[in-house]
Amino acid sequence: MSIATTHPGGHAAEPYQGGLRRWLTTTNHKDIGTMYMMFSLIMFFVGGLMILAVRAELFQPGLQLMKPEFFNQLIGIHALVMIFAALMPAATGFANWMIPLMIGAPDMALPRLNNWGFWLLPPAAILLTLPFTLALFGIGDGALATGWTFYAPLSVQGGMGVDFAILAVHILGISSIMGSINIIVTIFNMRAPGMTMMKLPLFAWGWLITAFLLIATLPVLAGAVTMLLTDRHFGTHFFDAAGGGDPILFQHLFWFFGHPEVYILLLPVWGLMPHVLATFSRKPTYGYKAQVYSFIAIGLLSVVVWAHHFFTAGMPVPALIYFMFSTMAISLPLAVLFFCWIATMWKGAMSFETPMLFAIGFIVLFGIAGLTGLILADVAADAQYHHSYFVVAHFHYALFAGGIMGVMTGVYYWLPKWTGHMYCEKLGKLHFWLTVFSFNLTFIPQFFLGLAGMPRRIPDYALQFAEFNAISTVGAFILGLSQLIFAWNIWITVRGGKKAEGRVWESAEGLEWELSSPPPHHSWETQPVIK
Amino acid sequence: MSSSPGHAVPGEHYFVPQPSLYPVILSAGMFLLAFGFIQVINNFGPGKWVMLGGTAVILYVLFGWFGRVISESQSGAYRDWEDRSFRYGMIWFIATEVMFFAAFFGALFYVRVISVPTLGDMMATHGTSLWPEFAGTWPTSGPKGPAFTPMGAWGIPALNTALLLSSGATVTWAHWSLLRNRRRQLALGLLATVVLGSVFLGFQAYEYHHAYNELGLTMGAGAYGATFFMLTGFHGFHVTLGTIMLIVILLRCLSGHFSAERHFAFEAVAWYWHFVDVVWLVLFVFVYWV
Ligand code: HEM
Ligand SMILES: [Cu+2]
Repeated sequence: MSIATTHPGGHAAEPYQGGLRRWLTTTNHKDIGTMYMMFSLIMFFVGGLMILAVRAELFQPGLQLMKPEFFNQLIGIHALVMIFAALMPAATGFANWMIPLMIGAPDMALPRLNNWGFWLLPPAAILLTLPFTLALFGIGDGALATGWTFYAPLSVQGGMGVDFAILAVHILGISSIMGSINIIVTIFNMRAPGMTMMKLPLFAWGWLITAFLLIATLPVLAGAVTMLLTDRHFGTHFFDAAGGGDPILFQHLFWFFGHPEVYILLLPVWGLMPHVLATFSRKPTYGYKAQVYSFIAIGLLSVVVWAHHFFTAGMPVPALIYFMFSTMAISLPLAVLFFCWIATMWKGAMSFETPMLFAIGFIVLFGIAGLTGLILADVAADAQYHHSYFVVAHFHYALFAGGIMGVMTGVYYWLPKWTGHMYCEKLGKLHFWLTVFSFNLTFIPQFFLGLAGMPRRIPDYALQFAEFNAISTVGAFILGLSQLIFAWNIWITVRGGKKAEGRVWESAEGLEWELSSPPPHHSWETQPVIK
Repeated sequence: MSSSPGHAVPGEHYFVPQPSLYPVILSAGMFLLAFGFIQVINNFGPGKWVMLGGTAVILYVLFGWFGRVISESQSGAYRDWEDRSFRYGMIWFIATEVMFFAAFFGALFYVRVISVPTLGDMMATHGTSLWPEFAGTWPTSGPKGPAFTPMGAWGIPALNTALLLSSGATVTWAHWSLLRNRRRQLALGLLATVVLGSVFLGFQAYEYHHAYNELGLTMGAGAYGATFFMLTGFHGFHVTLGTIMLIVILLRCLSGHFSAERHFAFEAVAWYWHFVDVVWLVLFVFVYWV
């Protein structure tokens, strides 16, 4: 790394730091991206273990393994871990690794801030999970037991686990905001000369909208949990009718963040899909502009539909109608995306490597998420389905089949670029088929359970629900175990394997494929010029 | 600023800083602060001391990290390209702050337009109410809240409005002076801004004292007390931060930092100050006045 110091612009050479110090201090976007991905993978298994305990309890009716209090803690922390510590960091890891490579930038725009953004995550994860451990030593009453949505007044009355979760959310929020600012600045200011916004890779576009949504909504969540904190400890009455406040106010504030959050989790994935589909269909992406405009439309619509999460809490009829139709309107730009994905594959010379399998699996299963969402968006129907297992199945089709499988698409697609080795295709395909099979085995029964009236978040259930629950639990355990294949495949790819070319996939387009695999520690120090 | 946004000058090299331990230490400090705070509000463990330790770590990092940035800036490591990154970054950071305040204004509008009137109308619309006497007029501490006197707009708050507005003018005066390279006026303008900000904070403290001791207006005074103290409190906290930042900028000006061409830090703090100013105006109208 001696060339760097000789550059006229004063770029400082980065002395190579070995061992732990390298990871603690790094300002390199690839190192930071790697840390995000590793953290995400670890927390994916932490969150998974929690929910397997829940599924074990639900295997049979009656209470077998745990007290209801503990069950309640598990479901809430599972969701918070999966959303904030598994899915979001995975998306940020992709952004760190790929955006600078794709837009021809030497690094992220604010590298030290970037490192801070990552290192806020471990403390937050500790805060989230520490109450479990403290309770083992007889301190406090365990983690928050309100579900991930923190609804008042339950969360106002809850134990100190709620405080831990509030502070964890604050720190996670700061981390995401730092990450978002960095990504926006990088995209606006670091593009290679000649790369106009309408030549920007779709992955970067997807993330740009994500970052704006995070900036618009995370501070509102921070405000909401701050009010919760002061209601709990400093005598305010935001969520207490006796003081003129209202518990429903909390739901408004929470879902003003919470609904855009689901698009925050998915936009990065929607951004990477067209890259994968185009590569393995050996055709250019269909409808680049349509996809960009759809991202923007979805971003804008997503902040004005939040109340569809609590239709049943009671609101004036005009409000119900407004929130119903605005929610349904989101399916229009979403349908445009589906159309573009399918049209990209249409008559292409398709081949079915693991990333492509995951991409197609994503399209089919995520489609089910959208369609069931439309059912829930219907005010009259939602009165029946709200807070039932139908909702649980809906959002797992969205967040597992959409979010997690989308992330897996990206991991298989880019892992050879990151490590310089090909992953094991056989294991990848096995992982895919097992995942798709067991995912459906887990969640299709939950649709039926919900339709039949089984409420969510309750550790026991009526006898009539026994068979479907047993099937769902079997599915969940296969699903969990299948993910070990994924981890193993990543491990052996990092350690060795067939060498990967710079252009890993023969027809992949984009700047990232012009670099070697793995790319040099510093890439695009001299920016390419786009014609 | 010759090159158009989004494009580097071909062949230019971006400044990527050395590896640094500050971010990870800062995170550790924040963990201690948060963990200590949880201990304090739940009465277990040595919370106060953990918080103190966390604060010390954070202060250490603030001095070290900003010191580092200032020396990089003074050594000429930042040019137009880097400068633009900082500007964009600051703008979007302020946007997040706007949304944070929006949450609390949202709560204020919600209680004023929805929850309080609904509670007051219960008898008329449903024929039943937990609190049949409750009228649902604003200001209120709710049906069960303590009696209190609301804060009037035309005493200290109006004065404070004048103070903050003039401080916005003085910081702009300082900026103009910097652009014209009149260093004395620059320092005077900044000093005036700091003084105005501090007087504002003094008045605010007096107002709180008055509210708690004479008006019965506390955090616990229902929807009014909660929104009043959270909005003015977070605003006051931001004025405090802004004043500290202005003092740092003043000291840097006195030691000859910043030129007419390159003064990102100055401008960032000025933007921040204007943002705090605007929040106050909204606050004055909706919290104190109407
Ligand atoms: C056209 C598309 C969609 C529509 C119309 C839709 C509609 C809805 C509605 C109305 C609910 C509330 C159901 C209830 O609680 O009664 C809901 C819940 C949910 N949706 Fe969707 N949705 C759509 C897509 C998505 C996507 C893309 C995601 C995630 C990436 C998602 C994630 C969720 C989650 C997490 C919940 C439940 C949160 C909770 O209560 O814990 N949805 N959806
Ligand atoms: Cu939603």
